[in-house]
Amino acid sequence: MSAVPASAAARGGVVAMLRNRRAAAGFALVGLAVAAALVAPVLTPYAPNEPDFLAVLSGPSLQHPLGTDDLGRDVLTRVFHGARVSLVVGVFSVLIALIAGTVLGAAAGYAGSWADAVIMRVMDVIFAFPSVLLALAIAAVLGPSLINAIIAISVVNLPVFARIARAQTMVVRSLDFVEAKRALGFGPVDILFRTILPNIAAPLIVQGSLLFAAAIITESYLSFLGLGAQPPMATWGNMLRNSIAFLDLAPWLAWSSGMAIFLTVLGFNLVGDALRDFFDPRET
Amino acid sequence: MKAFLAWRVLGLVPILLGASAVVFLLVRLIPGDPALALLGMEADAQSIAALRERLALDEPVVVQYLTWLGNILTGDFGRSIQGGRPVLPMLLDALGPTALLSVAALIVSLLIAIPSGVIAATRRDSAADYSASFIALCGLSMPSFWLGVLLILTFSIHFPILPASGYVSPAEDLAGFLRHLVLPAVTLGTALAAAVMRMTRSTMLEVLQADFVRTARSKGLSRRRVVWVHAFRNAQIPIVTLLGIQFGQLLGGVVITETVFSWPGIGKITVDAIFARDYPVVQGAVLLTATLFVLINLATDVLYTLIDPRMRVA
Repeated sequence: MSAVPASAAARGGVVAMLRNRRAAAGFALVGLAVAAALVAPVLTPYAPNEPDFLAVLSGPSLQHPLGTDDLGRDVLTRVFHGARVSLVVGVFSVLIALIAGTVLGAAAGYAGSWADAVIMRVMDVIFAFPSVLLALAIAAVLGPSLINAIIAISVVNLPVFARIARAQTMVVRSLDFVEAKRALGFGPVDILFRTILPNIAAPLIVQGSLLFAAAIITESYLSFLGLGAQPPMATWGNMLRNSIAFLDLAPWLAWSSGMAIFLTVLGFNLVGDALRDFFDPRET
Repeated sequence: MKAFLAWRVLGLVPILLGASAVVFLLVRLIPGDPALALLGMEADAQSIAALRERLALDEPVVVQYLTWLGNILTGDFGRSIQGGRPVLPMLLDALGPTALLSVAALIVSLLIAIPSGVIAATRRDSAADYSASFIALCGLSMPSFWLGVLLILTFSIHFPILPASGYVSPAEDLAGFLRHLVLPAVTLGTALAAAVMRMTRSTMLEVLQADFVRTARSKGLSRRRVVWVHAFRNAQIPIVTLLGIQFGQLLGGVVITETVFSWPGIGKITVDAIFARDYPVVQGAVLLTATLFVLINLATDVLYTLIDPRMRVA
């Protein structure tokens, strides 16, 4: 396998991925969410937590394109600010789970014997709980906050990455180039981080992109139940929770925050599907 | 088969022990005196002392865990801080509504997913395939509580034909029960349907290209017989596996759906207990749910060995 055709094929794959309409739609939706999060303060003239008691529960209008909530706060502004919470939780919870899970799984797969048994049994125990329930229980015990939501979602996703990393490491560790490094006298840490990890990255990245969507949904569940970032901080989940009391008076409240979650998660799912097709064309 | 079953059941023991340790430690992670956490702030000194004695709180953590586990194994999950009811009967009462809701959601999802998945696969790249796949992706991307809220908005507020929340026992009023069941079952079943549809489609696509399907076609069998008897039967294993895993995850999903629809099942009890800081109930509910989850996963394994005896060796 020479390097040049491989990278050319990869370039061709990237071009094909960008031409794929579903992938393009996914990237566009994700881009929108990221843009909303990054430039939220300049997109609308309102502050997310500033009440306006003269404009309580007013419907969509030119001044307030998505209307206002029960405290007269501009819903569009709060949707933009909610994107920050969702993306921050998504990025950090997936990154923490990805890094910790990969290191644990790769170490288990490379070391074998008792280290493998101990690490993977702990992962099995985490897998013994429905993920939403475990995240809920952890967030409840640690106390409701943004940071604790990130910790809870990371823990829940840890075994997913650990299992993939372990399985991939067990395949890669007996390949010739790993044997060669071992024969050259490189230590296990060096082999693990410099030789094995780069070779098992693809399926982990694909899984990461798919779990990103799941992490955003789990965060919205936690804040919907009041166990995520606390009011007055705007999150899509707590906005939806708040909307239930005003369903008949102000249905736009339920539509706006829910639609924001739906479109963002749809975007990440489309991107995840495209990445999977890109890294593993057999699946298509 | 018996040996296989025994081996699988035995494998559950360490996992359930681990899960119980996690549930035990969850309450120990709460800052402050666990006796106070378990009895509530208004507890008097006498009952605190009695609980410390019963839970061996002055002993090392391992002894505490073993004492707690011993109580659990004899059915003593402690008492609810609110109202003082024993936890276990409370949970068992809630199990019925949760089971009814989960099974209804499963039926809803199968009714949607299997036909649409098979049609999408047999008419690959057609408009039907594209729309079914896109709708499935939307279903996967939709947070269940939002779907629940939209259904309430549509069918309880705009067109008031179904109740927005609550529960009626099927023994008392079957029609009323079914009316209350529709919205939560559709809410819970949609995400499951989306996942199962995608799996049905991709597995059927694979199976439809297999040699035995070509043989069946060349024998002149009807299209319907080839698709449903020859191809679909062989596509069942991955579908059943996914269904089992996803059905287990429903136990997490019920937490949200039951809260939205005030359905008095185990999920709603869990959430209510979390907010009331009713830790004995939280512990019991989480442990019971995890046990059910593990048992459903085991049942999935057993089920697919029944569908395909080749799996027993693996």
